[in-house]
Amino acid sequence: MSNTSNYFELFELNPAFNIDVATLETNFRKIQSESHPDRFVTATSTEKLQSMQLATLANEAYQTLKQPANRAKYLLEQHGITAIADTNTAMPADFLMQQMEWREAMEDAVSEKDIAVLEKLLLEMRTEAKRLSIELSHLIDEQHDYAAATASTRKLIFIDKVCADILKAIEKLED
Amino acid sequence: MALLQISEPGMSAAPHQHKLAVGIDLGTTNSLVATVRSGLSSVLADEQGHALLPSVVHYAADNTIEVGFAAQKKLNLDPHNTIVSVKRFMGRGLQDIDISQLPYHFTETSGMLQIDTRAGVKSPVEVSAEILKALKTRAEEALGGELVGAVITVPAYFDDAQRQATKDAARLAGLNVLRLLNEPTAAAVAYGLDNASEGTYVIYDLGGGTFDISILKLTRGVFEVLATNGDSALGGDDFDQRIFCWILETAKLSPRNAYDMRLLLSKAREAKEWLTEHAEANVSCMLSDGEYVNVTLTTQEFINLTATLVQKTLAPTRKAMRDAGLEISDIQGVVMVGGATRMPQIRKMVAEYFKQAPLTNLDPDKVVALGAAIQANVLAGNKSDADLLLLDVIPLSLGLETMGGLAEKVIHRNSTLPIARAQEFTTYKDGQTAMSIHVVQGERELVSDCRSLARFELRGIPPMVAGAARIRVTFTVDADGLLSVSARETSSNVEANITVKPSYGLSEDEITNMLKASFTSAEIDKKARMLAEARVEASAIIEAVKAALSADSALISVEEVQTIEAEIAKLEVIALTEDAEAIHQAVEALNHATEAFAAARMDASVKLALSGKELNTLDL
Repeated sequence: MSNTSNYFELFELNPAFNIDVATLETNFRKIQSESHPDRFVTATSTEKLQSMQLATLANEAYQTLKQPANRAKYLLEQHGITAIADTNTAMPADFLMQQMEWREAMEDAVSEKDIAVLEKLLLEMRTEAKRLSIELSHLIDEQHDYAAATASTRKLIFIDKVCADILKAIEKLED
Repeated sequence: MALLQISEPGMSAAPHQHKLAVGIDLGTTNSLVATVRSGLSSVLADEQGHALLPSVVHYAADNTIEVGFAAQKKLNLDPHNTIVSVKRFMGRGLQDIDISQLPYHFTETSGMLQIDTRAGVKSPVEVSAEILKALKTRAEEALGGELVGAVITVPAYFDDAQRQATKDAARLAGLNVLRLLNEPTAAAVAYGLDNASEGTYVIYDLGGGTFDISILKLTRGVFEVLATNGDSALGGDDFDQRIFCWILETAKLSPRNAYDMRLLLSKAREAKEWLTEHAEANVSCMLSDGEYVNVTLTTQEFINLTATLVQKTLAPTRKAMRDAGLEISDIQGVVMVGGATRMPQIRKMVAEYFKQAPLTNLDPDKVVALGAAIQANVLAGNKSDADLLLLDVIPLSLGLETMGGLAEKVIHRNSTLPIARAQEFTTYKDGQTAMSIHVVQGERELVSDCRSLARFELRGIPPMVAGAARIRVTFTVDADGLLSVSARETSSNVEANITVKPSYGLSEDEITNMLKASFTSAEIDKKARMLAEARVEASAIIEAVKAALSADSALISVEEVQTIEAEIAKLEVIALTEDAEAIHQAVEALNHATEAFAAARMDASVKLALSGKELNTLDL
């Protein structure tokens, strides 16, 4: 168990995009309940080290499986596909156009100092992210079309990045 | 029908004996110590019945050190040697603090500022250690024994330097730190366990000098921090300061000496506290030159004076909500912590923002210490059915300096602890054998806008062509929120492995020297201290391994059990000698012998947990 390298096995989940988030959360808490360093404050240093390693692994695995983009990326890695590589960043033309529109809308809102517009944009991107998630569960779990899934994963990762930038912009405006 | 267990003199205590552990709230204005007795968490009061210990230290002319109320009385009489709000200086340099209104003489030494007193130059760590010593003495007298350890609380938004300084202060005070615990999380424990709550809660913690906001999800005893934010230089002190400036302006006073400044600040604080329940506060006093001050502050004026401070808590609140991905409607309750949340304008603002009345049923001054005591009781091993688990986060991102003075984030804020992240770097010149690494903490893009935590040189990289070396730098943040960094060259067989402690931490030697200095007769030297520590370490591991064997020896072979038992026997003999190094080595040998056993136990407990059975129900 503590030697497992597969995040799905760690949480006793089937390796799929569509996972039961409640099971993930429950099993995460169960593993932390047994492995967290707080349980080993009076233990030997060997036990402390192992607790630290397993608790760290559980945190890392949990974050990976909880976020749809990370989960898709991780699943594709299990199939030998690196979704984001330096040499592999091609995107379809229509998505590139969409990207530019979002970026421009964000920059306009920032120069106008319009937080409401930024928040609206954020909502729009999250809706698109949800749509991509549904698409990914079809592509990965049902059709096993990993090439198409790679393209959608890249889009999802990109959207997450823009969302993070929008949040940062809002934060800056509020400060 | 339990039989009384009496251990032989000098033998380690029976495993079920209650271990004395406390929770300490080391506050900017007041500090407290609490413990769990008969299942209930309570604050330990001093002989006069005071629960709060003012966080004030006075270095007197006769070389004595006064702490608490006695020191507070000297505040207006001897302002240069009476240190208040020392928490604001922890892990901070002179450039971080507005010293213009403070009556102290500061000097800067290796990162952290120091205060020049008549008792010599004192670091904030030493001053804080005096407060902790007073609380330790209070606890040991009340509980009738030596403490096995303490949980010390820190503001959630404290960075690595501030945390390290706090831990150093505790060590200097002779306390075994079981854990550094974030103040809002401690408050949530006290509050949550009292109310058996489930759901998502916000802890709004405005203390004397720090502001924290934490959002926690409570699920069956698990307290999961979703996001935290704050301002480690904003608190009730700032409200006093606003009133102080208002007095100077209204009474048209010229610049004042340290005595008058202290007096007026005290009067400002009294006015603030008075206004919590009254419509206006009268400030009257005689200054050192005989000038008489008599002004009246109304509630409305006070609200106007401090409106920007109240607003200042909103930006961190919004950030935390956004980081947690939550809407106002997701919040079940808002818990108010810290004396400054007694101010009506704070409660009003929080109620308006969260669209619900904040929860104030626990004493905002005590709730942090009460929660810390509950956690200390669990960590010390007194609670066998430990169903309480705290999953906390790192408040500020950690990064490395890259080309052009930019900070590249390696660990993002609000990541659950413990966490480890590795980043690979390479050389940019042929034959380059060294590399300089700069670790920073903060959210800004420029390194110069972040806090510098550590700079170190990684040497001994095998000479290679540019770009061929692979240097893997690993950041590890433990459950105390403390960082350690190690680096390794991975492309060759040569490993340059180093571990760095952030620059504000005190070295082992510095701690020993400070300890030495604090004992006038120098009765403790480094050697004696090391022997004492080695013996404590030995008895702790023997006790832990014996307990593990009696519970789970079935997990390993009879031969493995015998090997471990042989190592225990060896250590027990060596621990009686005076050789600290030999004891230490025997401890290491025992540790090594238990590796497979520890792994088997961890696997078994996790498997059991996942299968839905509780381990402790099987132990019975």
